[in-house]
Amino acid sequence: MASIDTFRNDVRDWLKSNCPESQCQPIIKDQQIWAGRNRTFYCNDSKQWFERMRDKGWTAPTWPTQYGGGGLAPDQAKILEQEMKALGCRPALYDIGLWMFGPALLEYGTEEQKQEHIPKIVRGEIRWAQGYSEPSAGSDLAALKTRAEDKGDHFLINGTKMWTTQGDKSDWIFCLVRTDPNAPKQQGISFLLIDMASEGVDARPMELINGDHEFCQTFFDDVKVPKKNLVGKLNDGWSVAKALLKYERNMMSIMSSIVEKEEGDIVEIAKRYVGTDSSGMLTNSSVRNQLSQHLMRAQADFWSGIRLYEQHKKGLSDGGLGLTMKYMSTTEQQRKDELLLSIMGNQGLSWQNQKLSEAENKSVKNWAYNKAHTIAGGTSEIQLNIIAKKALNLPS
Amino acid sequence: MSMVLNEEQSLLEETIRDFLSSHAPVASLRRIRDAQNELGYSKELWQQLTDLGIPAILMPEEFGGLGFGFKGLGAVMQQMGRHLTASPLFATVVLGASAIELGATEKQKQELLPKITTGELTLSLAMDEGYHHHPLNTDVRLDDNKGKLTISGEKAFVLDGSSADTFIVLVRSFGKKGDATGLSLVLVNRDSPGLTIERTQYMDGRNAADLIFDKVLVNEDHLIGSLGEAYPILQQVLDRGVIAISAEMLGGCQEVFERTLHYLRDREQFGVKIGTFQALQHRASMMFCQLEQSKSAVLSALSSLDNNGADCSIQASIAKTLMNECYQHITNEAIQMHGGMGITDELDIGLFLKRARISIQILGDSDYHKNRYAELNGY
Repeated sequence: MASIDTFRNDVRDWLKSNCPESQCQPIIKDQQIWAGRNRTFYCNDSKQWFERMRDKGWTAPTWPTQYGGGGLAPDQAKILEQEMKALGCRPALYDIGLWMFGPALLEYGTEEQKQEHIPKIVRGEIRWAQGYSEPSAGSDLAALKTRAEDKGDHFLINGTKMWTTQGDKSDWIFCLVRTDPNAPKQQGISFLLIDMASEGVDARPMELINGDHEFCQTFFDDVKVPKKNLVGKLNDGWSVAKALLKYERNMMSIMSSIVEKEEGDIVEIAKRYVGTDSSGMLTNSSVRNQLSQHLMRAQADFWSGIRLYEQHKKGLSDGGLGLTMKYMSTTEQQRKDELLLSIMGNQGLSWQNQKLSEAENKSVKNWAYNKAHTIAGGTSEIQLNIIAKKALNLPS
Repeated sequence: MSMVLNEEQSLLEETIRDFLSSHAPVASLRRIRDAQNELGYSKELWQQLTDLGIPAILMPEEFGGLGFGFKGLGAVMQQMGRHLTASPLFATVVLGASAIELGATEKQKQELLPKITTGELTLSLAMDEGYHHHPLNTDVRLDDNKGKLTISGEKAFVLDGSSADTFIVLVRSFGKKGDATGLSLVLVNRDSPGLTIERTQYMDGRNAADLIFDKVLVNEDHLIGSLGEAYPILQQVLDRGVIAISAEMLGGCQEVFERTLHYLRDREQFGVKIGTFQALQHRASMMFCQLEQSKSAVLSALSSLDNNGADCSIQASIAKTLMNECYQHITNEAIQMHGGMGITDELDIGLFLKRARISIQILGDSDYHKNRYAELNGY
């Protein structure tokens, strides 16, 4: 155990000496360091922080050192996470390849593929996008149609992918494609890696209800993809996709734990927009009630997370609690957004309201964007189906 | 801060569950209700629970406590909720014994606590006035007439009011309705002259009563804590009570939900099990989510009592509010999903429906606790 303590001290010392002051402040979206051929840094400190973490391999702490990763054991990585959190160090690199694709490639890829792609992910040189959903394949992902025809030494890709997050800024995309149109749905799918710079690839941003263009529709028109870009076995892409889902869940919990100074505090906003009496209490009892309701539920959801973690640590079954988390947290977030919007009255109806603080503006924009959370990553309706089947054993 | 039971607590839970299943299933409550049992509980059952050491569950070691903590109590309350067990446990042990443990003199403790442990003394906390729980609105007066202390006024919805040996009455010594200072707690025996006990049969079949005090004479030795300074003690007692009743509600709610799932898996119409209908599946899933959320709040609150956390009051209000809403919703859905049978007396679901509504009013409905939570959090 002495070596673990030494490790913790070493990590702490290293972080203190190498993480610039400005990189220990809560991060805002515009300052996030995203991977890519066109990578930019908003200031010198962030460039320095990224480079130092990259060179240590701590952009990908648990990945093998032979590919540039940190080579840390799980408990060491946990220590790094804790120490970074304690000091307020922001993540040095953002990329779907880092969170989702990389771990899956390490599990399913050939040595050649790992050597080709992993180091570039660790070094933030390539930004990865996910090519799953299609116009006709959302909840029913297995109905996907993007076709990969076998042309001998390469695949020829034709089709279109939907909701490609940051597709127009990404360098490579990992896609689920149909390689056998005659097999049952899930058994004719392969996992293919495509260079977005290839001829025939066109990523078009879509404007969303919150004014942002985060998602793209990506078109593939006779795109040639070398056979060596197939990950896993032909027609066994569904297995790779399922493995990736595990990592997606990890990512969601990492993302939600990152402190981002953006939104306003709902109690403070309520006091400002609704008004308080001489003792500082809200003058509107209905708003007070609704606030309590929201805060109580949000607090209970937080304790559910802790209960889940405790059960997991003790090797106990969670009785289905884990399956409720996405549904509950996203539903509650939306209730909060609606409450906040209604509290702000006519001041919450514009995103260009000069009278609002940055935080308040953000809150209003998030009200619109957060409608996506009950849809993306498995709709609430799908979650309820899964709970009925897996947690409640209801018949089908 | 652990929400998971340790080995001793798990064993306690199993023991109580097995005991209640065999000695006091839901049918026992029916018998008490139908016989219009004066006590509102079975004396025999309380004796058996006493033999198991249950009355001492929260007591310090010197009085026979076994160190199961509040999570242990929570497990027992859950099982009692599942079996709709009528017993003096809540009024006598959770509320009464806590008031003594937290506020009484050594002499009072030595006199009263052992008698609770042996099952020979039962207590009842007389708190509410009017139609809703609101302890600060206490207006029943403790008058001091040249050294002669008397209580006058009416207390409502007193749990175990028609069966308890001794009442712990919340009274106002000075100040006005709504003030936290000026409240006192006084021990009053049931046969005191001037005290009238009017029992109402509540729909859950148990007992509660209204107490009418007409210049009931008490003396200083009967005070628990100092005159006019009972609120800090009371707040702790009520936090325990709120969390304990929430735990009982959690047990009842889980039982109702499980029985409903069972029915969905079993009942056939149109050639299929009704549990295959997506509308019912989704409603069941939503109930499950709400139940798990409320459960987290209750388990966290029990844990906070074990850790003597500063936020027990806040956690108590969260647990009660969420459990109130959950139990109300799930009992309604359960009736609906059981179809016609749901509204028969024969089916046990109706008994849980009624117990749920009683429990919601015990120690504060959701409006009360949402308001209290807001006050505790400064808005």
